[in-house]
Amino acid sequence: MANDIKPRIRLPSQIKPGDVIEVKTLVTHDMESGQRRDASGVLQPRRILNKMTCAYNGRPVFEATLEPAVAANPYVAFFLKATESGSLDFTWTEDDGTVHRARQAIKVG
Amino acid sequence: MAVPVVRSDRRRLVLGAAALSALALLPKAAQATPQAAAELLRKLVKGAPQQGRVAIRAAEIAENGNAVPLTVTVESPMTEKDHVTAIHVVSGGNPNPGVFSVRLGPANGKAEVSLRIRLAESDKLIAVAEMADGSVWIASREIAVTVGGCGG
Repeated sequence: MANDIKPRIRLPSQIKPGDVIEVKTLVTHDMESGQRRDASGVLQPRRILNKMTCAYNGRPVFEATLEPAVAANPYVAFFLKATESGSLDFTWTEDDGTVHRARQAIKVG
Repeated sequence: MAVPVVRSDRRRLVLGAAALSALALLPKAAQATPQAAAELLRKLVKGAPQQGRVAIRAAEIAENGNAVPLTVTVESPMTEKDHVTAIHVVSGGNPNPGVFSVRLGPANGKAEVSLRIRLAESDKLIAVAEMADGSVWIASREIAVTVGGCGG
């Protein structure tokens, strides 16, 4: 699970220039909070995605700092003003520094 | 009319059991307090927050504290001059007060974010928005949690 967060990114099917669109993202991650004990009572160390970013054609447009209070398989949705076609580049950063990347094409017009 | 009575009793029992188990799972010392949440907010934002402009949308009763859908919207034209620069959400009932922070700008077009969060117990959520002009806006919302979302 730690190695593959299977990012799923959803944009509206048709986007016109100037539209303000909702970008919905979902990744697979257990977001171990550091509070949970396993069946034998051993406290599970914290291991979460603590940061998420999005850049639109190389320009940073969104950044989220996530705490253990974000649910497992974090769903994060935000808005974006669509100006041009290109790509959305996402990153999710693990507590150990591993960075997961995903690229989503965006077609405007 | 005996059936509704039985049902409500059972519901009360379930709620009671959930509350008890949530208490049992959370050692008091490891828990954030509303004071801790307020302190964190003071660290995150400068300036005195004003009530308004921020809206928190969530169910009043969250049956499963493990994944509570939450949407925070801030009234703002999101122009170069007048936009939201950050939204922070904190909770007073979780083991740690922080929930999430996002950085926004005019490229977002609309100051709204949605996430699914964990809530350990019924609690007041606080959302704070920072604006480009330096003003700070705040809103809070009580959410009742049936089954807490941080034990196991």
